[in-house]
Amino acid sequence: MSADAHAHPSYVKIWGILLALLVVSVLGPLLEIRVITLITAFGIAVVKAYIVVRYFMHINLEKKYVAYMVGSMIVLMVLMVGAVTPDVMHHDGANWYNQAAADEVKRGMAAGEKDEHH
Amino acid sequence: MSSTAEAHGHGGGQHAHGHDHAQGDHGHHDQGWFMKYFWSTDHKIICFQYLFTGMFMAVIGGFAVYVFRMQLAFPGMPVPGWGRVTASDYNALITTHGSVMIFWVAMPVLIAALGNYLIPLMIGCDDMVFPRLNRLSYQIFLVSVVILILSFLVQGGAFGGAWTAYPPLSAKSAFNLTPMGSTLWITAVALEFVAFLLGGINFVTTLMNSRAPGMKMFDVPMVVWMIIIASILFMASVGPLVAGAVMLIFDQQIGTAFFDPAKGGDPILWQHLFWFFGHPEVYVVLLPAMGITAEVITVHGRKKLFAYRTVLYTAIATGIISFFVWAHHQFIAGIDPRMANIFTVTTLIISIPVAEMVFVYIATLYGASIRLTTPMLWALGFIGEFLMGGVTGIFLGASGADIYFHDTYFVLAHFHYTFFPIAFIATFAAITHWFPKMFGRMMNEAWGKVHFWVTTISFNMIFIPLFLLGARGDHRRIYDPTHFPELMRAGMQDLRVLATVSLLILISVQVVFVANFIYSIFWGPKADKNPWRANSLEWHAPSPPPHGNFPEGLPNVYRGPYEYAHPDRGEDDHWPQHEPPPEGAKA
Amino acid sequence: MSFPRPVATMREATGMPTGRLAVWWVIASEIVIFGGILGSYIMHRLGHPEWAHQSIHTNTWIGAFNTFVLLTSSLCAVLAHQEAEKKNGPGAARYLMFTTLGGLTFLIVKSIEWTNEIKHGYTITSNTFWSFYYTAAGLHGLHVLAGMVIMLIVAADARKGKELQRVENIGIYWHFVDVVWIFLFPLLYIAK
Repeated sequence: MSADAHAHPSYVKIWGILLALLVVSVLGPLLEIRVITLITAFGIAVVKAYIVVRYFMHINLEKKYVAYMVGSMIVLMVLMVGAVTPDVMHHDGANWYNQAAADEVKRGMAAGEKDEHH
Repeated sequence: MSSTAEAHGHGGGQHAHGHDHAQGDHGHHDQGWFMKYFWSTDHKIICFQYLFTGMFMAVIGGFAVYVFRMQLAFPGMPVPGWGRVTASDYNALITTHGSVMIFWVAMPVLIAALGNYLIPLMIGCDDMVFPRLNRLSYQIFLVSVVILILSFLVQGGAFGGAWTAYPPLSAKSAFNLTPMGSTLWITAVALEFVAFLLGGINFVTTLMNSRAPGMKMFDVPMVVWMIIIASILFMASVGPLVAGAVMLIFDQQIGTAFFDPAKGGDPILWQHLFWFFGHPEVYVVLLPAMGITAEVITVHGRKKLFAYRTVLYTAIATGIISFFVWAHHQFIAGIDPRMANIFTVTTLIISIPVAEMVFVYIATLYGASIRLTTPMLWALGFIGEFLMGGVTGIFLGASGADIYFHDTYFVLAHFHYTFFPIAFIATFAAITHWFPKMFGRMMNEAWGKVHFWVTTISFNMIFIPLFLLGARGDHRRIYDPTHFPELMRAGMQDLRVLATVSLLILISVQVVFVANFIYSIFWGPKADKNPWRANSLEWHAPSPPPHGNFPEGLPNVYRGPYEYAHPDRGEDDHWPQHEPPPEGAKA
Repeated sequence: MSFPRPVATMREATGMPTGRLAVWWVIASEIVIFGGILGSYIMHRLGHPEWAHQSIHTNTWIGAFNTFVLLTSSLCAVLAHQEAEKKNGPGAARYLMFTTLGGLTFLIVKSIEWTNEIKHGYTITSNTFWSFYYTAAGLHGLHVLAGMVIMLIVAADARKGKELQRVENIGIYWHFVDVVWIFLFPLLYIAK
């Protein structure tokens, strides 16, 4: 689609915005407030990705189904993770207990704290 | 009619081509044998490469099943052609059989070979959109075949962790005793995925962009749709397993602990990654088989496909739902019971679109003027046999029943009732149906029917006994049932022997097919370009089609592919897609 | 050697050039590959709070610098596309070379960073966090490498004014690799 060739926003400006967002995403977590970390690190990652996809990859100028295709792959992954999470993320459930994983967490936490005291 | 057909009919049947290309000069006149049959970018040659490689691999898979079925029927006796079967032999053989039949037989033949052959011809273009990518795809596939075969020869022998490769068995050589074999196996599988990803992208892009002028969405033959939907399913489902394969290789060779619970990893994760691919994979191979059936029953039944759009929509629905049923393979793996409930429901739901497809085919057959040619017999056989596989699946989809049936021969018989019809019965329907097009000659009908009947009957005689065994609790993956008194109750061993004898019949009757196939390639009666009087575009090309496919110019499309016995056509009961409407008819 | 293109490649029934359509399909299939590994990582990460003690040893500043490098190379890729639209082959090739240089910088920085971490004992086997760290970033690095190789080939053609449509196609792929890194960066570096 080259009809829009003249309508491009300035790419350098978009690059500037991306860099500004990068700075925020690095500085945000330094405050060590969990909510801010999550928003600045992952929220901004989503925004950055959106900007790249929208303004660099020009997904909005493609046929609609390109966005659907890419979007449905992402949705599929989210659903997959959603369905797998109860088994992999948790270490216990209705009738089971993942002793090995729980031990590993305990061991790791203890070793980590010892490290920090050094 | 076939003045330009140049039906030489041996090997690829591609001899004196080059003068009447659709798009002129390719400079391929003096290419050697190697360039023509090995380095070719022609989609038909690549089809033959996949087809013959698949057939070769089927021999390996068939030999493996022969050896381990003999062991099960006559435990401890030396097997002719192999010798005494050890426990690790047995594991390697079942793994080889499973992975070869799915990854190196069903996938290359149903998707890659038929997709390569049919998509460009049926949508009326001269080749795939990326011919060199296509060639690369086959070459990567060939490398995966070589690596797999190498894995039989290395120290420790072939991988024996079943085609599902569950860790920790597959991840630790201390458990599987095949330090090299397991890594070569997973590498071969991963390469094979890459090959089919390339092929799939090629297929999808070709259908989307290169349809003949006038061919609208609903003018595309069903088999092409099905192969495309299957390719998309494959692309969308295989990613996590590619990642998982990398993780498993690292676990095996570097010593990471992605799937090792002792070091904080999680083996259940592999099962999820595997079945997230593994279950859509069932539909990846089912859908092309369904598409072949749609083509064959309409051509040989001389009737329009009943409810074209319904078939298409149910295929898409099947594809979407197939992503959300995978955990029914893991009901006893310790997954969250709430998830098990959800997956039971989705599993039962997916039988609806599949059943609908079968009903549509039955409705197509109703009132059709059925000609019981060999391909038609295979197609009817497919519908009947697959039905049985589908119905027994209902028991296994319900998590309650599955807890009893899990890993018994009932499961095994169930999925063989789906996979055998898909990978063999439907494939035979396709080969016998498109053989005249591929090689320019007809196959022998009488021997074809002998092959059909003996194959179908012996197939049922293998797996009905296994259903019975499974219902009595006979467990898969047991190398020697004589060690377990509860598996040696009265009659159980007789059923095993019956299954094995039937298998021997099934394998030996394939000789009839191979002989018929090879004989017909060279000496069968010449076929004209449309021996079945079918509508779709590939029958407009000469048999076999030359390089460039349509020497008279690429066709335009004026109607759907299933206009048989159309009232406006009078005597002629078919109405090819490329034939312009008569002068004066409405546009 | 010029390869005769079949008619099939020229057709555009969807209204989209075949090459670009295929690139989008490549991206779709890559999303699930990276989705698989990142999804596995996220699940494990949430289930293993002790990994925080490991991830603290990753170097955010190096990660941020690499993000900067990739974003900049993406800018070059899109500028190359702009040049290609103006039919300026050599200009497009020059920008593609800058993009490749960005990829090279990325990989060099990455190897220095990894050498440093391995020297400090954080190897791929020392903990599953590090296994994911090296595997995910390594998989991404392979994509960077592949993109660079393809980009050099495209640039060589573009310099002669040939196959200019490929400039946009490789650009789309490169931006995708960039987007993957945009997610890898917070997942592996920022989340301490």
